Amino acid sequence: MTAKPRSTAHRRDGLWLAALVHRLSGLALALFLPLHFLALGLAIEGEARLDGFLRWADRTPVKLAEAGLVFLLAVHLLGGVRVLVIEARPWQDGQRRLAGIALAVAALVAGLFLLEAM
Amino acid sequence: MSFRRYLIQRITAVLMAPLIVAHLALILWTSGQGLTAADILSRTRGSLGWGLFYGGFVALAAVHGAIGVRGVAREWSGLRDAALDALMWGFGAVLLGLGLRAVWAVIA
Repeated sequence: MTAKPRSTAHRRDGLWLAALVHRLSGLALALFLPLHFLALGLAIEGEARLDGFLRWADRTPVKLAEAGLVFLLAVHLLGGVRVLVIEARPWQDGQRRLAGIALAVAALVAGLFLLEAM
Repeated sequence: MSFRRYLIQRITAVLMAPLIVAHLALILWTSGQGLTAADILSRTRGSLGWGLFYGGFVALAAVHGAIGVRGVAREWSGLRDAALDALMWGFGAVLLGLGLRAVWAVIA
């Protein structure tokens, strides 16, 4: 007797994708944080050392990566607020729409950052 | 996730939310100004307010991140409880140590 294959239909659901985005954005931010702290910690070695890093970071590929981080932070924040509200308040319909709005607002914030930074 | 970790995860999230909004606002506000080390340090050096802001932010992020990483590892890695706890405490300690060092670097 062969095992029944597990259904993956739920993976096409918008809210499953929202949960995945929340998880992956959190994981990426957690992995980025030590690097962020090490970069700021350069100030211990003097202002010039931090300035050298900031000059190095003032280039297009780094700005694009920073925009990605801004997106991750914003989407993790908004997705987290949605989860907190679901847990603390009676269920509200339209969660897929709210998850979509969170994604759009996060993309907008990252886009604004990129417009300012470039 | 144990109830205690679940609760701490939610409390740190609620406390961090306004700090993240402020952090994002500051990022957007300063991103077009060609930031230098002098710009950053003139704002932060000797500032108790920024020290408390960033110190609190680091502590909350270290706890929230460590619990979050433990939760993801539990579901995706198949590690046992003792290894998961070691990962959580170790990762949290690294985040807290490096984070407070960074705060010290820009405040002191």
